[in-house]
Amino acid sequence: MILNISKRLGRSLLVVLVVTFAVVALLSLAPGSVSQSILGDNATPEAVAAMDEKLGLNEPLPVQYLDWLGNALHGDLGTSPLTNQSVSGAIAERLPVTLQLAAMGLAIALAVALVLGVVSAARPGSGVDRGINVFSAVCLSVPAFIAGPVLIYFFAIKLGWFPATGWSRISEGVGANLQSAILPALAIALTEIAAFHRLLRTDLMGTLREDYIAAARAKGLPAHQVMFRHALRPSSFSLITLAGINLGRLIGGTVIVETLFALPGLGQLVAASITARDVIMVQGVVVFIAVVYVGINTVVDLSYQVIDPRVRKVARA
Amino acid sequence: MTPLAVESRDAATERPQSASEEPRVPTVRRRRSILMYLSFAWLLILIAAAVLADLLPFAPYATPVGTPRMSPQWGTLDTILGTDTLGRSMLSRIVYGARVSLVIGTIAGLVGFAVGAYVGMLGGYLRGRLDSVVTFTADAMLAFPPLILLLALASVLTPSMQTILFGLTLLAIPSFIRLSRANTLTWGAREFVRAARNMGAGHFRILFREITPNLVPPLAAFLPIVMAAMIVAEGSLSFLGLGIPPPQPSWGGMISDGKNYIAKDPHLVFVPALVIFFTVFALNQIGDSLRTKFDRTLHD
Repeated sequence: MILNISKRLGRSLLVVLVVTFAVVALLSLAPGSVSQSILGDNATPEAVAAMDEKLGLNEPLPVQYLDWLGNALHGDLGTSPLTNQSVSGAIAERLPVTLQLAAMGLAIALAVALVLGVVSAARPGSGVDRGINVFSAVCLSVPAFIAGPVLIYFFAIKLGWFPATGWSRISEGVGANLQSAILPALAIALTEIAAFHRLLRTDLMGTLREDYIAAARAKGLPAHQVMFRHALRPSSFSLITLAGINLGRLIGGTVIVETLFALPGLGQLVAASITARDVIMVQGVVVFIAVVYVGINTVVDLSYQVIDPRVRKVARA
Repeated sequence: MTPLAVESRDAATERPQSASEEPRVPTVRRRRSILMYLSFAWLLILIAAAVLADLLPFAPYATPVGTPRMSPQWGTLDTILGTDTLGRSMLSRIVYGARVSLVIGTIAGLVGFAVGAYVGMLGGYLRGRLDSVVTFTADAMLAFPPLILLLALASVLTPSMQTILFGLTLLAIPSFIRLSRANTLTWGAREFVRAARNMGAGHFRILFREITPNLVPPLAAFLPIVMAAMIVAEGSLSFLGLGIPPPQPSWGGMISDGKNYIAKDPHLVFVPALVIFFTVFALNQIGDSLRTKFDRTLHD
């Protein structure tokens, strides 16, 4: 098992290297050199060439990448030439917003999917189950850039319950903070609800066919006790896994919602930096998001191996 | 899939069969829901409208047909869905936008299908070092959150139909690689492949005559779902202003244009939103029902 874990870690490390190299290589292709954007459009070609030299942009790509990697390992992802803010500083400032959104979205989705999953798996094929399935199929087909404006229209404009856009930090009061976060979190949650519900329903139906469930029923336990005490826990395993993976995905996946609701998170930083052609900022944030994503996936994978003996066996075979 | 799953499936299919009996899998009759019919109908209408757009009797998408932001009203076909922020016909823009969405979804999906199927098949069949490289590539490609990959591409390439197609195809390939590899592993272990090999068939023949025909149904069943995801991805890009450049209409761009006027003229957002929703919903429905039918790696 130790061998397994170290193999998996080595693989993830390799993925991280490939991914970061891809990002650095990709953005070195960006039109308009970095030096040009630092010095402004009026800079002389000589000044641009001098700046290129200074930043090491004339070096071959592998050398540039190693330089970049060395700095990145020291926590230095560069400094934006446009805002003079360090990339790592900008990330640290904006990460909490994105994390809160992702966590709230996932929490809402898990809560709703838990109820829906239990209800629909209790009587598969019944009218209620089919109704819930249609609802979940509908949720799956509502991407955030549709859910956002529709939620704003009904809950912010028509009902006036929540602000349409903007973000209140927790320091301005928890109530205000939650109020500004709830609509974007809902917009994120919709598609997740569908994914979670489908998974939990399938797993629960599988568990409910097991012999020990029949035994529990034969013992005369009431249905709710069979469901919650005996079936739910072993069935929620892959659900938790999926939630973990999706947390990683959402850290890069809140771009739409953050742009629409004007929230100062990582996604908005990426979108704004792309519009401003701030290559260094884009590079740093994209690398950060990709590395976090790979990291979370690895952790989830490994905990899977630790918790579930069946996976260990298969991995060895 | 896991080796365990492969074994159990083989055990199930190796039931002894008497010679007189036709070796036929009993067809399971499934009730087609009304939603399926509606989904097919919607897609047919959409495709027909997109193909025939130039022949349909409404104004071109770029010329104003009335005052800006007219709400939907009966009367002329041009204003039946209202007009947009510049007074152009919403109906016309929806139909021409359908072209963009459908073309992007179809091409990105099909190219991803073809490339992913090939690569995954080679990896799953030849195994060994090639397989490790294939799996690793697919993993690395999936290691980018999809929208972030598109955004990174958009920052380098000026958005146009070609660059967006390129990015979306990149997104579609890895899942097809995985699916194709998993299916190749299952089918490659079957008796008929061994029989072909013992009869002296080469790799080429086994790959293309024995395995490929079995590979197509599960991958094709996955296609609608990928197409739906591609349409959503294109919509997201256009919504962020990094998609198809104007004046070419796209559904995501229409939502983005209209979102600032949503309080007074909700139809600017609701019309394209509903169209995207119906399309994605229909594709998902069709894909789901095809997958339960054809993808053996999904069955227990």
